[in-house]
Amino acid sequence: MKILVCISSVPDTTAKINFTPDGKSLDKSGVQFVINPHDEYCLTRAVQLQETQGAVVTVITVGDVSVEPVMRKALAIGANDAIRVNADSKDGLFVATQIAKAAKDGGYDIILAGRESIDFNGAEVPGFVAGMLDYPFINGCVGLKVEENSVEAIRETDSGKETITATLPVIIGGQNGLVEDSELKIPNMRGIMSARTKPLNVVEPEQSTSKISVSGYQKPTERGSVKMIDKDNPGELVRLLHEEAKVI
Amino acid sequence: MAIIVYAESHEGKYKKAAFEAISYAKIIADQSGESVTAIAINPTDSSEILYKYGASKVLKINSELLKNFSPGAYAKVIAELNDGDTIVLPATADASSFAPILALKSGFSLVTNLISAPKNLSPFTAERKSFSGKGIQTVQVNEGGKVLTILQNAYGTKENPVDGNEETVSISLNDSDVKEKVIKVEQLSTDKIDLKDAEIVVSGGRGMKGPENWGTIEELSDLLGAATACSKPVADMGWRPHSEHVGQTGKAISPNLYIAIGISGAIQHLAGVNSSKTIVVINSDAEAPFFKSADYGIVGDAFEVLPKLIEEVKKFKGV
Ligand SMILES: Cc1cc2nc3c(=O)[nH]c(=O)nc-3n(C[C@H](O)[C@H](O)[C@H](O)COP(=O)(O)OP(=O)(O)OC[C@H]3O[C@@H](n4cnc5c(N)ncnc54)[C@H](O)[C@@H]3O)c2cc1C
Ligand SMILES: Nc1ncnc2c1ncn2[C@@H]1O[C@H](COP(=O)(O)O)[C@@H](O)[C@H]1O
Repeated sequence: MKILVCISSVPDTTAKINFTPDGKSLDKSGVQFVINPHDEYCLTRAVQLQETQGAVVTVITVGDVSVEPVMRKALAIGANDAIRVNADSKDGLFVATQIAKAAKDGGYDIILAGRESIDFNGAEVPGFVAGMLDYPFINGCVGLKVEENSVEAIRETDSGKETITATLPVIIGGQNGLVEDSELKIPNMRGIMSARTKPLNVVEPEQSTSKISVSGYQKPTERGSVKMIDKDNPGELVRLLHEEAKVI
Repeated sequence: MAIIVYAESHEGKYKKAAFEAISYAKIIADQSGESVTAIAINPTDSSEILYKYGASKVLKINSELLKNFSPGAYAKVIAELNDGDTIVLPATADASSFAPILALKSGFSLVTNLISAPKNLSPFTAERKSFSGKGIQTVQVNEGGKVLTILQNAYGTKENPVDGNEETVSISLNDSDVKEKVIKVEQLSTDKIDLKDAEIVVSGGRGMKGPENWGTIEELSDLLGAATACSKPVADMGWRPHSEHVGQTGKAISPNLYIAIGISGAIQHLAGVNSSKTIVVINSDAEAPFFKSADYGIVGDAFEVLPKLIEEVKKFKGV
């Protein structure tokens, strides 16, 4: 069983987000980059399948050399090897084109990607890959079992959960809940040492023409200052919510 | 030409998110002199409500094969019925999943999670969520058609009644188009309001001390017609189901009113709720960071404040 896990390198969840003065891009100064949280759940599930069912786990990231520390962390968590597609991750279509090519070339049985990245918030890549490869696609997964030739996955919907089966090869869009938080792997010394020598192959990108461009970024408008209400007078809160905020 | 909208339904009933998508499509249609056509899969609701938001045509598909959700199959039938250059979808779990496949099948660009009305139609320019609500990205579609997804509760609904008509259409779909097989469905209890659609959300954190204390949260939310939510540790400890967890790694919501009780306001929590229009924070610690991101705050013990607040809401509602 061969598993490809798509890893996006994103600002740490605690990072304060600022943009460059021209508003064209993220101001990366002082920002730590981490594995996109949803991808970390996917990676952990893949490494569990490696430990219990002998899966071979490859991670892939589309990005320039600056993403390599995050990829090494994925190797330290337990991935067998890594592919870096040497290009700026322009948009979801471009990234998916690279992943679809690698998935086809490598003959992977399961492609795991996060349901959504916390930086671009595209929710695009796994669906694009599924469309490009014409594989079954189960998104928003919070449970994944793998059998000989098929998977059984649990998907979170807006109104509950569905248990779904599909035959391999398959694309899984994973999210928090795919493994418990307590199962997330913190790399130990041995993992970190061995990650240094695991293969990290750099490949050049496929062409892909996008018709979308980003004009710029802004910060959301700040909230006005908070109005404090005495704890013994919650009626005042009800009045303000009705008359001032007009939300009840 | 028509702007196509996927009018999502749940067990046959149209979702609020469908009305939002139609409302959004109607702005585009009015500016470009087009009309709005809604596509509905296995609906039982009357089409009248879709006309109310501006859809002048409703194409109904009744198909046993589409009874359960399948991203590829849903994308296929909508791509087949589309004859225009704009497809508008709600950013629900289902529609977000098939949007990329639909874009590929149509040869269109994809722009997801739009938060406000377009700034410009040619080229199409609009704002979308980025950095989990810590940023707003402006994107432009330079040429060709587009698939758009509209974030729930962001643009909202706008009534725009038109004369409409409906048509049941047949589609070409085979077993092999449905690649995923749903073997079990678990619904949240049906009287619960869909968290992402909810206009009011009452949310509890670790300050609530334990699952046995959620009665007051539920009572308040029932009174307000709200959905309930929680912080991540609350879901991780199993006090509440994971489907209620909001934040950067949980659901992102933007209700009109978010009431946070016993939640500290960690940056990862804020990322999922910051775009709520009005935020109320109830916390015993005056230094809790959440107060800095709130509109209204009460410093006090939830176990004292909540019962009093419930009484006041009852008075207000006249119950
Ligand atoms: C990668 C990552 C992702 C994360 N994603 C999320 C996410 O998506 N969503 C999320 O919520 N968190 C997330 N977190 C966790 C986040 O950092 C916080 O730990 C979490 O939000 C804290 O939850 P809390 O506010 O319920 O608990 P606490 O931080 O323990 O706060 C409890 C609050 O209750 C107050 N309190 C105590 N007793 C009372 C009382 N009697 N009455 C009133 N108030 C009282 C306290 O003053 C305190 O402010 C994430 C963390 C990481 C590292
Ligand atoms: N540059 C990238 N390289 C590899 N995988 C990516 C990249 N960007 C996004 N992904 C994957 O696609 C998922 C969804 O990303 P997005 O479509 O940006 O929301 C992420 O969680 C990753 O698994």
